Amino acid sequence: MTADAGHAQNLSDLMRTNAEPLIEKWVDAVAALLRGRSTRTELERDFREFFAALLPLVGHDGRDISGREFGDMRSLLDEYSRARVRAGFTPTETASSLFSLKRVVFELTENSDDPQVYRQQTAFSGLLDALGLLTFEFYAQARDEIIREQSEQLLELTTPVVKIWEGVLAVPLVGTLDSARTQVVMEKLLEALVETGSEHAIIDITGVFAVDTQVAQHLLKTVVAARLMGAECIVSGIRPQIAQTIVALGIEFGDIVTKASLADALRHALRRDDVDVVRSQAL
Amino acid sequence: MERVPILKIGGVLLVSIQIDLQDQSVLALQEDLAEKICATGAHGVVIDISAVEIVDSFIGRMFATIASISRLFDADTVVVGMRPAVAITLVELGLTLGGVRTALDLERGMKILGQLGRGRDF
Repeated sequence: MTADAGHAQNLSDLMRTNAEPLIEKWVDAVAALLRGRSTRTELERDFREFFAALLPLVGHDGRDISGREFGDMRSLLDEYSRARVRAGFTPTETASSLFSLKRVVFELTENSDDPQVYRQQTAFSGLLDALGLLTFEFYAQARDEIIREQSEQLLELTTPVVKIWEGVLAVPLVGTLDSARTQVVMEKLLEALVETGSEHAIIDITGVFAVDTQVAQHLLKTVVAARLMGAECIVSGIRPQIAQTIVALGIEFGDIVTKASLADALRHALRRDDVDVVRSQAL
Repeated sequence: MERVPILKIGGVLLVSIQIDLQDQSVLALQEDLAEKICATGAHGVVIDISAVEIVDSFIGRMFATIASISRLFDADTVVVGMRPAVAITLVELGLTLGGVRTALDLERGMKILGQLGRGRDF
């Protein structure tokens, strides 16, 4: 690793001939940066791959990295950034790992006063900057995907449709109701009505802490849609404060059956089906 | 133009819609049905729409119109087998089909008409 080498060769050749010590130093720098949260073996494996993908790109100034020659690099960075997100690293750490290579390579050529080498260094610096920014982009993408997955899971989790009697379904709603959730609830409930051939559905809103005009509107829509399909909906579990809000807002529930508790609603549904529940007589 | 067949089962007329409804077919169906109810003296009409996947406001209004026509002949109308997506669409269109009875499937629809018609048979 002498400065003399820089005169005769270009940066790409220089890096190729000095690959091993460069990677070694790079791993050292990054291991110090991450303070032992990533093992040297892992880093070395990742960086070796990087280095191999990076070598053909040296000489590029990184101004346009959408070209085909960047395909490998992009997918590599994509994978790397995603792995880092899941492992809980900050985007700064991910990008800094990449930037660390800059210092290592500059050390290689620092004693050179050849303007050619300087130009190549500047270009290389630009290239790494662009790649570093790319990791940010991938980081944000990965984050967005995780958030989207989670909110979808949450949506599924919080809206179960349960069968509580032959021909009676119940939907216990918990949390806040918004348009998206009500849409899911509505679809799931209606699908379940068809699948099970149930004629009664109970929407229990004990776990809903706020009802405004919009939520009420959504509830009414669900009830009307179920009615169109030939099923009867009962709304149960309206809490005292919510009852007051509903009246204060002037929301009309019309001819929709509302009951204080799920038990009352079930009893109502059974009575409509001419089912009697009686306590068995002790013999 | 395709015509929707109207079948007679006892005192009930069964309209099973198996095609994509065009406005022309809908108008023809209303005419045919009015004539058929008048001719047979049916006490009930069942419209089976379990095969209908797409509705617009015109078709939505058809149900209400048919129900009103039937009522003039003293016959009850039950719409059966509406799919969830169709129900949601109708609600979003603001068509709540007040005055039209609905049932989950044909069997339940016939039962409802049976209960309603029981009072009439001597």
